[in-house]
Amino acid sequence: MFAFLVKRLAATVPVLLIVAVLVFLLLRLTPGDPAAIIAGDAASPENVAKIRENLGLSKPLIAQFGIWFGNVLAGDLGESYFFKVKVAELIMQRIEPTLALSICTIVIAVLVAVPLGVLAAWKQGGWLDRMLMGFSVMGFSIPVFVLAYILIWIVSLKLGWLPVQGYERIAGGFGPFIRHLILPSITLSVIYIALIARVTRASVQDVLSEDYIRTARAKGLPENRVLIAHALANAAVPIITVIGIGVALLIGGVVVTESVYGIPGLGRLTVDAVLARDFPTIQGVILFFSFVYVLINLLVDLSYLAFDPRIRY
Amino acid sequence: MGAVLEIRDLTIALPRGADRGNAVTGVNLTVDRGEIVCLVGESGSGKSVIAHAVMGLSPKELRATGGEILLEGEDILKASPARLRELRCVRMSMIFQEPMTALNPVMRCDAQIEEVLAMHTSLNAEERRARVRRIIEEVHLPDPERMMASYPHQLSGGQRQRIMIAIALIMEPVLLIADEPTTALDVTTQAQILKLIRELQQKHGTGVLFITHDFGVVAEIADRVAVLRLGALVETKTKTELLARPEHAYTQMLIASVPSIKPRHRGSDAAAPIVLKTEALAKIYSSGGFLARKREVHAAVDVSFTLRRGQTLGIVGESGSGKSTVARCIARLIDPTSGSVKLGNDEIATMSAGALRPLRRRVQIVFQDPYRSLNPRRTVGEAIIEGPLNYGISRSDALERARKLMETVRLDPSALNRYPHQFSGGQRQRICIARALAMEPELLIADEAVSALDVSVQAQVLDLLDEIRDRMNLAMLFITHDLRVAAQVCDHVAVMSKGRVVEYGTAADVFGAPQHAYTQALFAAAPGRDYAFGS
Repeated sequence: MFAFLVKRLAATVPVLLIVAVLVFLLLRLTPGDPAAIIAGDAASPENVAKIRENLGLSKPLIAQFGIWFGNVLAGDLGESYFFKVKVAELIMQRIEPTLALSICTIVIAVLVAVPLGVLAAWKQGGWLDRMLMGFSVMGFSIPVFVLAYILIWIVSLKLGWLPVQGYERIAGGFGPFIRHLILPSITLSVIYIALIARVTRASVQDVLSEDYIRTARAKGLPENRVLIAHALANAAVPIITVIGIGVALLIGGVVVTESVYGIPGLGRLTVDAVLARDFPTIQGVILFFSFVYVLINLLVDLSYLAFDPRIRY
Repeated sequence: MGAVLEIRDLTIALPRGADRGNAVTGVNLTVDRGEIVCLVGESGSGKSVIAHAVMGLSPKELRATGGEILLEGEDILKASPARLRELRCVRMSMIFQEPMTALNPVMRCDAQIEEVLAMHTSLNAEERRARVRRIIEEVHLPDPERMMASYPHQLSGGQRQRIMIAIALIMEPVLLIADEPTTALDVTTQAQILKLIRELQQKHGTGVLFITHDFGVVAEIADRVAVLRLGALVETKTKTELLARPEHAYTQMLIASVPSIKPRHRGSDAAAPIVLKTEALAKIYSSGGFLARKREVHAAVDVSFTLRRGQTLGIVGESGSGKSTVARCIARLIDPTSGSVKLGNDEIATMSAGALRPLRRRVQIVFQDPYRSLNPRRTVGEAIIEGPLNYGISRSDALERARKLMETVRLDPSALNRYPHQFSGGQRQRICIARALAMEPELLIADEAVSALDVSVQAQVLDLLDEIRDRMNLAMLFITHDLRVAAQVCDHVAVMSKGRVVEYGTAADVFGAPQHAYTQALFAAAPGRDYAFGS
């Protein structure tokens, strides 16, 4: 167990290193000069060159990387070109909305998808099963922004039940906070409901043909206990895995959702930073996302221990 | 004496397109209080279908179309799902064949037993716990506290089956259905479990419907025996009467197919050239290492024997004894850790994979499970000729050889372009034998090659292997857990336990006067040893 943790944490180092190099190089290879954007349309070439000099962009690529990476190792992600604050501070400011949206999305997805998947597996080939399979094909194929606009149009504009856009900090009261989160979370959760429900269905279906399910029925247990205590408990590992993958994929999802609903989170920050060619911010945010991704994977692996006593690290 | 179970004229239809109309036709059977009735039949005879129907656990496709199943006078076939749930584990219980898979792997053993009490009684948590402890002691599990806190994977097969029995009997049902409960267990464990079932059944006066294919087990445990063939009962009698005077031709054939435990005397040439010689062969698996505790498993230690052309050497042992490890080392499917394996004059234990390849032809294996050792997507012809083609034989010659071999194993040569799923288990095992022989090996390894087969089919395949060995003058290494089978085909026997050969000698010596305590225990546990089967 201890050996496993040490090995896994050590393995994050090369992953983050590769991410750092790739992000750095990719940004330098894409067209667009941050200095020109900061200087504005009317700026003189001398002015732009001066800004470039100040930002350290005139140094050779390898030197730029060395300075940035040295700072990162020292715990400093640098300062944003655009917002003129520390990137670390920027991330801390923007993390609450993204965290709230992600948690809300995953909670909705799991609460809806797991029971649906179990029921579909139980009544395999029944109407619920067929409807769920149809729904999940739709859920996979409909783009997030299309769904977002449809929901805004129906729920907010036609029915007037929920706000169209925006975000309220949790410090400003739970009511407004949650009212602003509902629509974005539902929008974002649809694809995860489709994904998790399908995996739950397949996994539970496999388990239902196991001998110990027959044993459970031979004990005279009611079906709900057979399904939950015996089938779902054994089907958990693949479901947890896909939920973990879902959380990681969410990071991509929040970029679009936050933009459509005007939520000032990390996704929105990424878009703004890319548009402004704000190199330190982009690098910092992506490195942070990678770290979170690796951490989630580790947590998922550790959670297997709780769900299956046969797994030992 | 009241009947706890009365099956009257039971007929269960098979789905359309099956090989026969009914899974079970017009079966009449009673189990009295305190009586053990053995339901005997080969695979596909419908014995498990009957067991599941009694428990109300039949799949939807298998609906009873006639008759009744009376449990203490109440018709199970007419009971509602809710009523069935009330009866299960309370009035009737079932234990299953595979103790490895019949328990929930993510639930502690005590919780799996306690759940029955929580469902069917109004005992409080403390009383339930005390009751679970009592039943654990009643099934003679050592160290009850530890057993209760264990997960199934931490227990042996025999211990798991005891947990299953505890679950089944904790409510003291009037009927216990045991569906091949010892088939997956080692012979010594089997003897203990049979004894336990007998003991508890007598103590509580339980009626037992015991399903088995093994006449040795029948001889051990049955009061009465019902023989099932293709879904119909052919004969029902008391055990002593049935074993002494079987009337129906099918029963006679089944009993005659049980191999005798007395070795068949066979002359073999003691001066024939040596085909295989192992010396101090060992295989050690080690795991762990970096930061983790290092663990070593001695799968085989100091294994030495000699096998001459035209002879059969049996390696007999229980699961985990290392017998399959030895076979795999000899075929170099795995690499031995140390020691020597000489095939003729070639030392193959340490030979490189490249140098070994030309020699692989000389050693061929027939595996246990005929359902999984043939690629389902290739015709049996392709399976048989693949090896010879690899060694440079032309396709037409290889096919010609395959046709001849099909005749040798008594299959129709025109069936070469069919797929494995179109054959029965016994036929598939013949195909596997033909595939091995196509390489014209010097050494044929049969790794539990008849264990998965019905007793009548097993007898035929054993005869076939014997005949082939004589005709082709092969050396044969016969790996088995079954003493009766070993007695019939082996000239020499090596008994293995915990990775070591504990006794090695001629079949006549080992079977006639076993020396080692372990060998003696094996013989003592062999079911039905008091009956002279196959003589």
